[in-house]
Amino acid sequence: MLKKLVLDGIDWVDARIPMTETWNKHLAQYPTPVNFNFWYFFGSLAMLVLVNQILTGIWLTMHYNPSAEGAFASIEYIMRDVPYGWLLRYMHSTGASAFFVVIYLHMFRGLIYGSYQKPRELIWIFGMLIFLVLMAEAFMGYLLPWGQMSFWGAQVIISLFGAIPIIGDDLTLWIRGDYVISGATLNRFFALHVVALPLALVALVFLHIVALHEVGSNNPDGVEIKQKKGTASEEAKGKFTFHKQYSGKKDIIDAVPFHPYFTVKDIMGVSGFLICFAAVIFFIPEGGGYFLEPPNFEAANGLKTPDHIAPVWYYTPYYAILRAIPDKLIGVVFFGGSIAILFLLPWLDRCKVKSIRYRSWKHKLNITQFIICFIVLGVLGALPATPLLTTVAQVASVGYFGFFIALWVYSKNEKTKPLPTRLTH
Amino acid sequence: MSNAPDNSGRRKFLTLTTGVVGAIGAAAVAVPFVKSWSPSEKAKAAGAPVAVDISKIQPGQLIRVEWRGKPVWVVSRTQKVLDELSTLDDKLRDPASEQAQQPDYATNPLRSLKSEIFIAVGICTHLGCSPTYLPDSFSEQVEGVESGFFCPCHGSKFDMAGRVFQNVPAPLNLVIPPHYYVSESQIVIGLDKGDA
Repeated sequence: MLKKLVLDGIDWVDARIPMTETWNKHLAQYPTPVNFNFWYFFGSLAMLVLVNQILTGIWLTMHYNPSAEGAFASIEYIMRDVPYGWLLRYMHSTGASAFFVVIYLHMFRGLIYGSYQKPRELIWIFGMLIFLVLMAEAFMGYLLPWGQMSFWGAQVIISLFGAIPIIGDDLTLWIRGDYVISGATLNRFFALHVVALPLALVALVFLHIVALHEVGSNNPDGVEIKQKKGTASEEAKGKFTFHKQYSGKKDIIDAVPFHPYFTVKDIMGVSGFLICFAAVIFFIPEGGGYFLEPPNFEAANGLKTPDHIAPVWYYTPYYAILRAIPDKLIGVVFFGGSIAILFLLPWLDRCKVKSIRYRSWKHKLNITQFIICFIVLGVLGALPATPLLTTVAQVASVGYFGFFIALWVYSKNEKTKPLPTRLTH
Repeated sequence: MSNAPDNSGRRKFLTLTTGVVGAIGAAAVAVPFVKSWSPSEKAKAAGAPVAVDISKIQPGQLIRVEWRGKPVWVVSRTQKVLDELSTLDDKLRDPASEQAQQPDYATNPLRSLKSEIFIAVGICTHLGCSPTYLPDSFSEQVEGVESGFFCPCHGSKFDMAGRVFQNVPAPLNLVIPPHYYVSESQIVIGLDKGDA
């Protein structure tokens, strides 16, 4: 009786909107490679953190006062007077750092398994746009508490635009809406942080997933699970039914439906993530001064520069590149270039083999030195500059950009290992 | 081709004219959105010039005034400091102030209207921090130079005329704001003499 009612209800909806069809196409009959490993947790975790940021963000705006006069006090009000306000804020501030942890690991996965390569260039481009919007979102969000580091961090970053010849000064004036960082700047950053950029972020995530489902997931072997129709054995195709969108034109091998197999696996990842996330929120919410910096516990003061201005940890690699170059304009060009060059990755890598498992020692060495340089730059960007450290940062900057140049050179005729015909697991 | 219009020439013309008029309209609509980001009348009023009384300034003293929310320094330079300034040219990036970081009337070796009073915006030209005034311990930063300004953020160094030293991140000399003397002891910062 009840079951019939539910089924009739589903039929009623399906006749009006493709609910079951969408569920099958993107979850219950979406083919996913069987050999996904640990590195494949971070896509779904990024979505979880996005939901966390949106939810806690909406709740924080209920108590936050976006004005130069009231912002700092309203953060103290949230921390001390609003019931559970401290928890909502720590979930949001820790969430920002967690977002970057997850996104960096997600990008690293794409890097080592060649998930950016043809035909997945657009997935990578949308992903990079998400990363770019996320950096803008985090930067603008960091101004909102109106602490010393909010103010001076914004001062440093906005003044970067001043390095652009001719229009630089007018551009910085236009961005700030005042001769200095002021309430006008705070209010526009607030509007962008809570309305404009989240909308852009959600739209880009949607496009990222649409593009992913069109071409299908890559996997640790970098071997496609779609073969020419009629060429795969029954054993290879397995027992699962996939949506005709995928199985109609191709034979699908070594795949399982996303739901329930990977929803369950991802729930495992979520559990592990939430344990770490909660541990930070409850025990080290300031992240040892890296998630919330000590000077930010003092209200913004335009006449008093903190002794040491350091960006939050997720910007430090690029900031170290900026500082390593003694010329302001060239420094800004390389600063922007360090992000921009990532967009070109699908075309800089000319190798046909995707996964690091089957690529040359040169590639393994190159990725290793790139990660080392990236981490070294990240550490240096948070430290005060000294002549020795600046030299180290210069060497690491060469390594950072050298990765892309070397990749372009050796990937053309790279000596790779033979690819397996089936996924290994 | 069953979807092709009956008269494609006319259709093309209509598409083009509609597109052009639409684009002009969209550009016009963008104006208020873009312009609303410029400083408001209130912000412009708050950026008005300020008057400084220098009758009580001591030799070697630095006083800070706020103009457009930025720290502006008024420094009384002693003869010893002035003598030192002429010896630094080979250590500086732009000793002759060739870059337009100052009004014409301050484009001189001491970068000031009067040699003993130095006025500058106290914001580092690298990334906008405020350098520290080191009246007698600057030789720790530049050997043999007793006084100057040192930026704690990224280590940029400036002499007592706000000129930047070589091999530091700051590209330019400190900015000299527009200013003029109303009387011996009264300076207006934020306006040139003729504009008052």
